Amino acid sequence: MGAHAKPVTNDELWGGGQSPFSISYGKMMMWYFLVSDALTFGGLLTAYGVIRHGSAHAWPVGEQVFEALPVLGTGYPLVYVALMTFILIISSVTMVLAVEAGHRLDNKGVIKWLGYTIIGGFFFVGSQAWEWYHFIHGSGGGFQLTQAVTVDAVDENGKTRQMTIAPGSWVHMPESFGHEYEHAMDAGHDVNVIFGAAPAGAAHGHEEAAAHDDHGAHADHGHGAHTAEAKHHGPVDAYLDKLYINKYTLVREGSEDLRALQVTGPGVETLWNARAANSFAFGANLSKNEYGQDQQYANFFFFITGFHGFHVFSGVVINIIIWLMVIRGVFMRRGHYEMIEKIGLYWHFVDLVWVFVFTFFYLV
Amino acid sequence: MERDDLIVNDQYAVDATHSEEEGKKIRKKLYAVTIILTVITVVEVFMGVFFKRNGTFAWETIKHAFIVLTLVKAAYIVLVFMHLGDERKNLKYVILLPYALFIMYLIFIGLWEGLSVQEANSLFR
Repeated sequence: MGAHAKPVTNDELWGGGQSPFSISYGKMMMWYFLVSDALTFGGLLTAYGVIRHGSAHAWPVGEQVFEALPVLGTGYPLVYVALMTFILIISSVTMVLAVEAGHRLDNKGVIKWLGYTIIGGFFFVGSQAWEWYHFIHGSGGGFQLTQAVTVDAVDENGKTRQMTIAPGSWVHMPESFGHEYEHAMDAGHDVNVIFGAAPAGAAHGHEEAAAHDDHGAHADHGHGAHTAEAKHHGPVDAYLDKLYINKYTLVREGSEDLRALQVTGPGVETLWNARAANSFAFGANLSKNEYGQDQQYANFFFFITGFHGFHVFSGVVINIIIWLMVIRGVFMRRGHYEMIEKIGLYWHFVDLVWVFVFTFFYLV
Repeated sequence: MERDDLIVNDQYAVDATHSEEEGKKIRKKLYAVTIILTVITVVEVFMGVFFKRNGTFAWETIKHAFIVLTLVKAAYIVLVFMHLGDERKNLKYVILLPYALFIMYLIFIGLWEGLSVQEANSLFR
């Protein structure tokens, strides 16, 4: 640390024979690398801003898209991302504690704190994998409208209002119906959409139909194709009693934010009939996404969080290598633990980038 | 094989060691920063979840507050965790100034461009 560097006069400092920055070559190069890497991430986030500012459509809202938790389900806006941020901050703290232990030449302390840092890194990468899975999987899927449609919709407070929905807007399906529809489409079956709630007895038979669909899809790859396929005579029945508008976006009316509106009753059929047949999207991939009208939203999500996740992953690998070196006593023999500082710089940088991704991708 | 970076610059690394008492002080500071960073993150999440819904706060203000809070967090990470605050002044400036200048220019020019693209998009939608 520079704070411990001996005081030197300017003549001495720039007179050759020592580093004018009072740091070693290795640390300085790590700083230069981090500046260049920060420019990369700065460029990516700015590009995201450019596209978002340039979009003429409603942009997906972070706390509406990211509101799921593993096991507990949906309804927890931003909690999971906040948890990921917290994990990364804590692993940054354990890393800086490892650096501090290194300055005291405390080999055991470095092993302990660097070990915790590695665990934190694994947790973060794992959380990101789950987040990706959820983002790709989606919840129910949706379709786009071919023409403007006016329907009655119920807002969050239970107030009914008439809404005119522009062509191209997303309309989202309930999870059960959406998955059934997706399965049927994948298996090449027609779907007979029945408007209204499923009758009490039908729910069971329904799951059975979905199960058969699964079976049918798998059967193509192997065993028992004839029986599973043969059971399907004609289209599958599916009950649709509800649709959502502005599920991931919002429109402003005066001081009110209108989002997550539900449509029931005759409006469901109106919306369904206005669907563009080839517009269905379930979750997100690199060519379609159910979240917003701009595909760049999904692409930036994949690229920015993916590039950051790749940095975290390489950081974990580097940390493990150095951890093994600490265990073998390499730095004890060397007489200093500057290597921990260098990998620490990289690890803090990864945390730093996440702080900005968290703000500009999820919050703003 | 001897590595020249270790031999030439070993002195800087060896100088960086500190005693047990100094370590205690440093750790105290680190825990304080941990608490600050955690509190800021929690505040940001609460702002993101609650403030948008009621119309009492202008969303623009909240957005700017997010950016300010993020910069505060970033400053703590860079200056304390990455020890840039403890480095020589010349290193601090060499790292921060070119980056700040370039990125501010990029953001300004990018968002300006984005807005006029949006104007055009909205016209011919």
